[in-house]
Amino acid sequence: MFKVTIDNKSIEVEPGTTILQAARMIGGDVVPPAMCYHSELKDSGGKCRSCMVRVAQGSAADPRPMPKLVASCRTEVMDGMVVENLTSPQVVDARKAVVEFLLLNHPLDCPVCDQAGECDLQNLSYENGTSVSRFEEEKRTYEKIDIGNLIQFHPNRCILCYRCVYAADQLTDKRTHGILYRGEKSEISTFIHQAVENDFSGNMIDVCPVGALTDKTFRFKNRVWFLKPMDAHRECTKCSGKATIWFRGDEVYRVTGRKDKYGEVHDFICNECRFEKKESADWTIEGPRKIESYSVINQNHYRNVVIPSVINPIKETME
Amino acid sequence: MERKIILENIEVEGIRSLEVYRKNGGYKSIEKALKTMTPDEVVNEVKTSGLRGRGGAGFPTGMKWSFIDKKSGNPRYLVCNGDESEPGTFKDRYLLMNIPHRLVEGMICSAYALGANTAYIYVRGEFKQVIGILNEAIKESYKAGLLGENILGSGYDLDLYVHTGAGAYICGEETALLESLEGKRGNPRLKPPFPAIKGLYGCPTVVNNVETLANIGWIVNNGGEEYAKIGIGRSTGTKLISACGNINNPGVYEIEMGLPVEEFIYSDKYCGGVKGGKELKAVIPGGSSVPILPKELILKTAGGEPRLMTYESLSEGGFITGSMLGSGGFIVYDEDACIVRNTYNFSRFYHHESCGQCSPCREGTSWMESVLHRIENGEGKMKDIDLLVSIASKIEGNTICPLGDAASWPVAAAIRHFRHEFEFHVLHPEIVKNVKHGSLEKYMEVPAVTGE
Repeated sequence: MFKVTIDNKSIEVEPGTTILQAARMIGGDVVPPAMCYHSELKDSGGKCRSCMVRVAQGSAADPRPMPKLVASCRTEVMDGMVVENLTSPQVVDARKAVVEFLLLNHPLDCPVCDQAGECDLQNLSYENGTSVSRFEEEKRTYEKIDIGNLIQFHPNRCILCYRCVYAADQLTDKRTHGILYRGEKSEISTFIHQAVENDFSGNMIDVCPVGALTDKTFRFKNRVWFLKPMDAHRECTKCSGKATIWFRGDEVYRVTGRKDKYGEVHDFICNECRFEKKESADWTIEGPRKIESYSVINQNHYRNVVIPSVINPIKETME
Repeated sequence: MERKIILENIEVEGIRSLEVYRKNGGYKSIEKALKTMTPDEVVNEVKTSGLRGRGGAGFPTGMKWSFIDKKSGNPRYLVCNGDESEPGTFKDRYLLMNIPHRLVEGMICSAYALGANTAYIYVRGEFKQVIGILNEAIKESYKAGLLGENILGSGYDLDLYVHTGAGAYICGEETALLESLEGKRGNPRLKPPFPAIKGLYGCPTVVNNVETLANIGWIVNNGGEEYAKIGIGRSTGTKLISACGNINNPGVYEIEMGLPVEEFIYSDKYCGGVKGGKELKAVIPGGSSVPILPKELILKTAGGEPRLMTYESLSEGGFITGSMLGSGGFIVYDEDACIVRNTYNFSRFYHHESCGQCSPCREGTSWMESVLHRIENGEGKMKDIDLLVSIASKIEGNTICPLGDAASWPVAAAIRHFRHEFEFHVLHPEIVKNVKHGSLEKYMEVPAVTGE
């Protein structure tokens, strides 16, 4: 077992555990945010740079610090490693820089975005973003693309985390989905606007950390914070059948995978469960889904609200 | 007298062919290495030589080789990085076009030292002519029994292939190169694991620059100690420098490490002075990614010592007053060069070549380009200059691969040393709009105002 210390909190973990996984075992403030990493998707992570931490001591055997900040989602722990997350001003600065870069070309159209309320980028920028942008140029824009009749792709909102690429690659059988072009002009696309059509394509919506991939059967139907999420299951031959169904009154508005508190789905569901079973009679209800108290989805039932450690942006501007 | 190692016999007619190359002493090192030395002995000779990577980072080659994982039992690979695409650098192309067997010879010795039975030369896609020359050289070597099975009866097998890139600067980064070689999109990998543990097809791999490998034959022939005698301190051997810009004799020169920069610029043996008798303004000593230095800092260090062409001397003073030897792309600017335009040009290049994988580089390079475009076209504001410094510092060190650093260093350095030119562009938009090229210094009687 390796002993690792993150922000002065220690834990013993199996060799091969990444810093991020170790931090999640400790929980609380020491957990770095992650946009592109998804524990169920092989090779994901390392791209968005929001989870970067400082390694103040490489290991007990080699106590030198690492020269650069490292992506905690892909760096494995060593015995005696000392990691700084929020305790390092360098990390906090780098994270602010990453948020600024991610928001440069992001349209910030949260008021009309289906993801609002359950968006990882919203959470990240709420904690680390600034109130004003230094970017004066025109944002890059694209047309919306329909990826089949179930999913709509909104490239303006995409932060190129590659999660959907890995999901399409690893969960589905035909790879038609990837990245075109390079640099700032990179875009997620299907080859010559083909539809992604297979039983698990809907999971691309769940793994998207922003509102770039949205459920066409749910588009503009409702805001997520008006809905009541319930854990439910059904007998399904294709998938585990374990889902979260979102009610308003007695009506089922949408079906998604069960996202944990880091926004990750561990039981991927099939398209039949997601898009076709929208009657409560189709499902066996287990009970209300536990949502983190700080989440907007907790619809006016805020309990133990933690005020985020961000300086009042308005006050900052005034001064 | 200057020693030639890599470009030795370059002037001999027909040196490109195996026959002439062998007549002039080529391929002796193979017999020596394969028949009289063990692989570890070759590695030790390279360690003793103090040879450092010639691609830019200057990492000791012997040490890189000793990291290769020999325990895993997986096949090992040697990959030659011939994706030379750094603006201002053209030394590898010159070497490959004129004396390709120098590389093939070096690669056979190196592959033997590493225990690799397959080696690849990854050549930049634009080098159409080079690819033909290399393939011809390899064909000749196969025929002569220098490649293939049981080389020269030693029982050692090696296959050597040329792989052509598709024209991406990023594929010069070693892990992006490996991805590209595997037939994937050229995105750099996260490190660790380093290629020495998990490289090509997940097997232990060493990636070396063309010039680095071209040195190996000489080291095997003459011994590492002899090599270490050339040069100064930890910068041993010779270095190919591709000199370009406003000089009288642009071209590729092989210099002994430790040559004073002043001599290199003004001596008739090398650059031959600044073109048209103009004043020297600035120099980028190691390809577009390294910081630019003004005349007073390139000829002498901040401490007043003459600056030498070595890894240490050029980087003396850190990035505040120093630069890097880099890949040896020596770009000289005369008094009429516009640093702002030049910086804009570089940042446009890095914007175009970013792979787009990680956010700081993808978004930051395009942001820097657009801000510089504004300043260059007389639409900049004073705060844009500080904004550029801030963006550069936020990209640097926060990216997956060194392209982010390479994009931010030239911008930060140009502003550090030539801030007055940026301010001039902001304060005199009318002049800037009309005078696209050349110096703005002559309009500079107007005292520059600093700050807002």
